Amino acid sequence: MSDHGHHKETFITKYIFSQDHKMISKQYLITGIFMGVVGVFMSMLFRMQIAWPEHSFSIFEAFLGSHQTDGVMDPDIYLALVTIHGTIMVFFVLTAGLSGTFSNLLIPLQIGARDMASGFLNMISYWLFFLSSLIMILSLFVQAGPAAAGWTVYPPLSALPQAIPGSGTGMTLWLVSMAIFIASSLLGALNYIVTVLNLRTKGMKMTRLPLSIWSFFVTAIIGVVSFPVLLAAALLLMFDRSFGTSFYLSDIFIGGEVLHYQGGSPVLFEHLFWFLGHPEVYIVILPAMGIVSEVMAVNARKPIFGYRAMITSIIAIAFLSTIVWGHHIFVSGMNPFLGSVFTFTTLLIAIPSAVKSFNWITTLWKGNLQLNPAMLFSIGFVSTFVTGGLTGIVMGDSALDINIHDTYFIIAHFHLVMGVSAIYGMFAGVYHWFPKMYGRMMNKTLGYWHFWITAIAAYGVFFPMHFVGLAGLPRRYYTNTAFPYFDDLADINVVMTWFAILGGLAQLIFLANFFISIYKGKKATQNPWRANTLEWTTPVEHIHGNWPGEIPEVHRWAYDYSKPGLDEDFMLQTVPLKEGEEPS
Amino acid sequence: MLALFYIFIALVIATAFWQITNIFNLKEVIATDKDNETQGKLMLGFMLFFYGLMIFSFWKYYSVLLPEAASLEGQTIEGLYIATMLMILIAQGLVQFLIFWFTYKYRGNKNNKALHYADSHKLEMIWTIVPTVALAGLIIYGLTVWSDVMYPDNDKALIVEVYGKQFDWEVRYAGKDGVLGKANVHNIKGQNTMGVDMTDENAKDDIHIPTTVKEFYLPKGRKVIFKFRSQDVLHSAFMPHFRAQMNCVPGMVTQFAFTPSMTTEEMRANPKMIDKIANIKQIRLEKSEVLLKEGKEALEPYEFDYLLLCNKICGATHFNMQKKIKVVESAEFDKWIAEQKTLNEVL
Repeated sequence: MSDHGHHKETFITKYIFSQDHKMISKQYLITGIFMGVVGVFMSMLFRMQIAWPEHSFSIFEAFLGSHQTDGVMDPDIYLALVTIHGTIMVFFVLTAGLSGTFSNLLIPLQIGARDMASGFLNMISYWLFFLSSLIMILSLFVQAGPAAAGWTVYPPLSALPQAIPGSGTGMTLWLVSMAIFIASSLLGALNYIVTVLNLRTKGMKMTRLPLSIWSFFVTAIIGVVSFPVLLAAALLLMFDRSFGTSFYLSDIFIGGEVLHYQGGSPVLFEHLFWFLGHPEVYIVILPAMGIVSEVMAVNARKPIFGYRAMITSIIAIAFLSTIVWGHHIFVSGMNPFLGSVFTFTTLLIAIPSAVKSFNWITTLWKGNLQLNPAMLFSIGFVSTFVTGGLTGIVMGDSALDINIHDTYFIIAHFHLVMGVSAIYGMFAGVYHWFPKMYGRMMNKTLGYWHFWITAIAAYGVFFPMHFVGLAGLPRRYYTNTAFPYFDDLADINVVMTWFAILGGLAQLIFLANFFISIYKGKKATQNPWRANTLEWTTPVEHIHGNWPGEIPEVHRWAYDYSKPGLDEDFMLQTVPLKEGEEPS
Repeated sequence: MLALFYIFIALVIATAFWQITNIFNLKEVIATDKDNETQGKLMLGFMLFFYGLMIFSFWKYYSVLLPEAASLEGQTIEGLYIATMLMILIAQGLVQFLIFWFTYKYRGNKNNKALHYADSHKLEMIWTIVPTVALAGLIIYGLTVWSDVMYPDNDKALIVEVYGKQFDWEVRYAGKDGVLGKANVHNIKGQNTMGVDMTDENAKDDIHIPTTVKEFYLPKGRKVIFKFRSQDVLHSAFMPHFRAQMNCVPGMVTQFAFTPSMTTEEMRANPKMIDKIANIKQIRLEKSEVLLKEGKEALEPYEFDYLLLCNKICGATHFNMQKKIKVVESAEFDKWIAEQKTLNEVL
């Protein structure tokens, strides 16, 4: 391995088919950002339709092609927009963009490894992700429109083009894209697991790993356990669509004729989908939790409070996440007894979540808080995670779910607890590790503007949304004007849409800051945040193999901040214990 | 003229961009004490915004929420709902305060040193056990309510079938024998739009409310057991005022039951509903005035009715699958149902 850094690299091996984890991490991030722009832009379009139903907008004329009439959005494309928005944000931005970026960047750097266990598989993983993104984007240009059956793609709607035009070619591409995406994500996850288990440097015991690594590691395990089930579900759906099988379909009369399907059940698909779908929520949020824990400790100049409890709760959340999927389908017609079991397991998740939240808050207590943009996003994360998490106690209780299931209440809940929170975690990570990725610093002032506008907009959209849901308004309605009973919700929807537009535009500040900083940002020093972890012992300029010469040895845990008896308020993990110093 | 305007816009954008690149020349890229001071205070300001937003939302939007439940089962759910909401609101109020306040209070300063405080088993026990106890209470309460709602006794219940199809509802009553005749999509033909098997004796006295009739009746005070079927894709029969919802799944029959406890007239006379409907009427009046000025037709007059709507994405017109539910006194219901033709008479 020591000859790393001496390869002669061409443009293609360095920037395109790179096997270097740092470059792959940047590729994930840039692709994720691109997909994020598409996903957020879509949400602004459909929010405009909700606020000003059947209004003519020239922006619709410009972007919706044949799916609008004189600037008025068609109902089918409305459903397609919410479908693709969900798919892109959950999978392409918050799974690949978040976990792909930071697992790749930080696992080798923070455990002290030259690279991932298999650089080749890592490269394949990124390019499969790229291919699946490409197919998903291409599906937007299919004549009948992209998939439109909701991001959960429940059959029969997703199986029958007669039921909705998006279930034709658009849905085929959606399934192909997701199948490739799952392959990508599995290759990535296997690599993360093997790397963390085998390539830790001397002295880096599991109990000395930063919490970021713990959460990436556990996330990868959940991914390996649950993603294959979605692949199976998708394959069976392909069979039903293309080869006439009846896994999910039965007794269907549509378009004036009875279809031949017999004996299948959509409920089977719902179980298979959510067997991944729920763990997926934690695949999204755990890496964000890890990033926040790390950023918070560094900027509070304090050890993360309750390190062991944090690890235990990550593992507890991961375990519970695989046995709660039924809470998404309380009213699907499944046996009510199953509903009881899932209510029980679901509400248990609140316990490790509460432990984590209180531990973060205690980490702030009596800290010396350096309020960098990354720190603000981490604090924002705890706030939105708590707000969104608490309403989970309502949703997770089967008896209460009956009346708020599929209303705007659930939209508000999951956007806060996993959407906004995970995005905050991602921003915290980008601001914090930008110097490690690009050797330059991002602009602070723009970071502050970005945070505050985003924070106000996010609550402005999603807090009032709970009320719309509790008023009984179902989600995925093209317009609410068909029911005069909902006329008094029109005003709230306008307010939420304005906040959504504000929040969307605020991301332009981030984009400007990000891309300009790559070229114009101030040159970074080796350890700008005065942090303890190993990534800050590598040179600012990237080299293959991460460390020139030997990989450093680790002598202490990652959180010796403001330790009494030490001169500095931080102490790199590579520094041996002083004489007479107790290990923390 | 327009060209000049575009040039002007382009200049503004170019200047803005130039200004942005300028601030990249700033020396400081890491938070200074001054930044900590400002950002800490902003966080305090944000706390005010946050609590303000919560209070404003409750004050302004409380009136749009659903009124009290119109079914006995809904009322038990309502108790659990209030208990849960109170608990999470208290937790929310306290925890958010700690987040924002600590951020403000412990904003950094180079003269300060953070407290090295890595662990406390006592504290961690407290915030493991307190949520555990609270959640155990909620779980037990929740599961009791769930089994009350989901396991109805069948005695003397009214059996009603609700049938979802793109994009409408049909309804079938079990008739005098109290048993629904068998049905399957293969039997759909002509007026038999629900695919009822007319060779089944139980089907003969069933009463069918087709899509052309926009409302159906339920008696107050009698348990209604709904059987749900779908003709094509997933639908979800959502009756929010009764706190009732169940998916309609092609290929299987699902079930939900409730006992209506307020007639439509009683709900219309409910003080909260009066306010809400007055507000809606006012909004519609204002919209109609605008429409009339534009030479268009005014909106239809509106009176409250219980709703059955679709709550599972089912296609283009998912947003407009509606039927009204009339809850009436049981004598009136008996009179109404006696007037309806049986399937045998219709087909």
